[in-house]
Amino acid sequence: MKHLLSAGDLSRDEALTVLDTAVRMDEALAGREVKKLPTLRGRTVVNLFFEDSTRTRISFELAAKRLSADVVTFSAKGSSVSKGESLKDTALTLEAMGADAVVCRHAMSGAPHRLAGWVRGSVLNAGDGTHEHPTQALLDAYTMRRRLGRVDGLRVAIVGDVLHSRVARSNVLLLHTLGAEVTLVAPPTLLPVGVAEWPAAVSYDLDATLPKADVVMMLRVQRERMGQAYFPSEREYSRRYGLDRHRMGLLPDDAIVMHPGPMNRGMEIAAEVADDPRRSTIVEQVSNGVSVRMAVLYLLLGGAQ
Amino acid sequence: MSRALLDAPDVARVVDRIAHQILEKTDGATDTVVLGIPTRGVPLARRLAARVHAFEGVEVPVGVLDVTLHRDDLRLRGVRALESTVEPPGGVEGKLVVLVDDVLYSGRTVRAALDALRDLGRPRAVQLAVLVDRGHRELPIRADYVGKNVPTSQAENVRVLLAETDGRDAVLLERQEVAAR
Amino acid sequence: MSTWLIKGVAPYGGDPVDLLVADGVIAEGSAAGAQVLDAAGLVALPGLVDLHTHLREPGREDAETVQTGSRAAALGGYTAVHAMANTDPVADTAGVVEQVWRLGREAGLVDVRPVGAVTVGLRGERLAELGAMADSAARVRVFSDDGMAVHDPQLMRRALEYVKAFGGVVAQHAEEPRLTEGAQMNEGVVAARLGLTGWPAAAEEAMIARDVLLAAHVGSRLHVCHVSTAGSVDILRWAKAKGTRVTAEVTPHHLLLTDDLAATYDPVYKVNPPLRTAQDVAALRAGLADGTIDAIATDHAPHALEDKETEWGAARPGMLGLETALSVAVLAMRETGLLDWRGLAERMSAAPARIGGLPAPGLVVGAPASLTLVDPAARWTPDPAASASRSRNTPYAGRELPARVVATFLRGEPTVLDGKATR
Repeated sequence: MKHLLSAGDLSRDEALTVLDTAVRMDEALAGREVKKLPTLRGRTVVNLFFEDSTRTRISFELAAKRLSADVVTFSAKGSSVSKGESLKDTALTLEAMGADAVVCRHAMSGAPHRLAGWVRGSVLNAGDGTHEHPTQALLDAYTMRRRLGRVDGLRVAIVGDVLHSRVARSNVLLLHTLGAEVTLVAPPTLLPVGVAEWPAAVSYDLDATLPKADVVMMLRVQRERMGQAYFPSEREYSRRYGLDRHRMGLLPDDAIVMHPGPMNRGMEIAAEVADDPRRSTIVEQVSNGVSVRMAVLYLLLGGAQ
Repeated sequence: MSRALLDAPDVARVVDRIAHQILEKTDGATDTVVLGIPTRGVPLARRLAARVHAFEGVEVPVGVLDVTLHRDDLRLRGVRALESTVEPPGGVEGKLVVLVDDVLYSGRTVRAALDALRDLGRPRAVQLAVLVDRGHRELPIRADYVGKNVPTSQAENVRVLLAETDGRDAVLLERQEVAAR
Repeated sequence: MSTWLIKGVAPYGGDPVDLLVADGVIAEGSAAGAQVLDAAGLVALPGLVDLHTHLREPGREDAETVQTGSRAAALGGYTAVHAMANTDPVADTAGVVEQVWRLGREAGLVDVRPVGAVTVGLRGERLAELGAMADSAARVRVFSDDGMAVHDPQLMRRALEYVKAFGGVVAQHAEEPRLTEGAQMNEGVVAARLGLTGWPAAAEEAMIARDVLLAAHVGSRLHVCHVSTAGSVDILRWAKAKGTRVTAEVTPHHLLLTDDLAATYDPVYKVNPPLRTAQDVAALRAGLADGTIDAIATDHAPHALEDKETEWGAARPGMLGLETALSVAVLAMRETGLLDWRGLAERMSAAPARIGGLPAPGLVVGAPASLTLVDPAARWTPDPAASASRSRNTPYAGRELPARVVATFLRGEPTVLDGKATR
């Protein structure tokens, strides 16, 4: 692996290697007082965040630091990026500084692909526009495996704003690679034209899907979408596509509820569902994120370049 | 081109000898654990424990110590897959730990193992057992138990085969064909 | 004026003849004293006419000038280009169109025919002084807000009517703007995968449908720029069958390239209207072959490096086209057996001249000697750095193309010889 730009770049074996490696990372740090391994000592990881995302940035930072890499974080705000420097100039600057890996978060789809063409180091897509967020999909798969023992054969419902969701795109690709059956559930306005070609089933009916789901993954729905006529009102959205306690009752007994965060409590997910200790994996997803990102950094940087 | 340094009966004899030596040097293997370094150190550690048990009836706990995350030479090769580290029953705290590997060469694996071991606890003492010592040390490290000392050139490669991982027991000395040409 | 004897050239790929060029026209009689150009194996076509060129001057001389764009045009076999109005300042007054026209005359490589804006500042609010531009030295006959559609149906109706007074035509950039807000590429399977906002085919087709109905209602001519979808071809075919006076153009890139190229996220493939699907390409080729689409027009759109070496979403849309148009047309239409040389000449010279109100080009005695000589056997690979354009944004870099312009004559004077511009 040179870069991680799309979850679709991973073969089944590669994806499983990431998940297995994440398990080892977990084991290596379990119960330790000093959560640090010397593995990437001397490597430089640049976190290039053109878009605010405290959660993802901290997760990558922690992952790199636990592997003893030197970590530099560039947030667009306050850096030369906000003063009109182009992505290309930023890339050349990183190149001159000798970054071994660039973790890139960007509001525009494909920005990490462009970056990969301009730098020698590895580029890791930490979320680009409405395109992909491959490490989120990996940590979701990791969470499923920990909770349910497998990904192969799981029935996963991904619910919400699929059209604008990089999490959905990466999950569809990765879960398909790993043998899960994915059903996308959304109002037709929030599904892309062309979704029929995706390796996933499509449904407009959440209630009909839940009884057959081992995993239900709720996507964040931005309130602004209402103004663009994607749905008539918050209330109607949450009535038709929100996961409340009643709907949670439709799930099979051992099914889990996931959310990539940040959540709109009361919109796509009810507070009591998000906080359900038995089904909700939302907090776990965050800690699993660090292990999975350590695994990816190790696999990208842990050998000869 | 390859030449056999040890055949299957030789390997068995060497393991027996090391098991005896461990019993001698550890006061009958009291408070002793063996930790195998993947890949081939792990079956060797199991064999040593089994032989110690056969000779003196002593149970020696066996563990696995993956050292990859502690290596300082990762950049020299492609990415290595990680193996599970398995603590021996009872842990390593206050124990005499015998690290087991197949070949002792630069000493870097052992250095990484000492670091990795620190994460498991604080042993009373650490010893090292290897099937083959081929020389060319880059660090001040020596083994307490050596199956066979083999003077080698750096253009040569020592390959250990074990039934558990390779289907048969043997130690081969190979010339690196590409380098020789 | 120089006299040339072009020996052994094949007009429209037919039997070889010797063409005498004297006093700016194709002549008969004595070739005594003429410079001889050995054209054995070359095909002669009337000089190509482009209905849709962005020369960027005034305003973005860092991307292209009338001079550099004219040179690129001549090298592509063109003898006339229509310079689009979306400059800075916008070509919406007699003053600006005359400036562009004059710069074209000074460059002297092709006839630069300014296109006038339909509305003031391309803002789509009120009509520009169309009559003043028509009466100016530039004699503007084609009006377009290209880059934007004339969105207001009432304003479009008035423009269609108004230009009848001086034989003008409105060239519409057909794009329903509400359907393309934030659009980055063709809406479909590829856009869905890449997470790029889609530009639906219906946004083009809806506007064309409206405009052909308006044109039919007021009895005006309508020209549709850069048709890009199969549905648009169907609507045009229907309108023409009903006798509506509509003409249409297609770009070389829409005849060859498809939206899956966006998967590279390299904005060299970002263009408006966007690259579509293989089915659209097939329908466009068929429409061009059967005359539903009248002309090939380049939509040559130079952009400075900093406008293309960016994220896809930040890049400006557009591709270079002048130097590669004929080769791409040969690849898409001639090598597929859909058009012969005469068919290509009709769609790249005669039809655009007719639509733009220019004299009919031809390779007959007495006609102006504006012509181009093409080596049909040549294969070449465009190199962005070697382009005569000031910009580098060709989507054909590294792609082998057939046929190459060897020489171009503008009214008897060579503008290109041996594949090199003469000035």
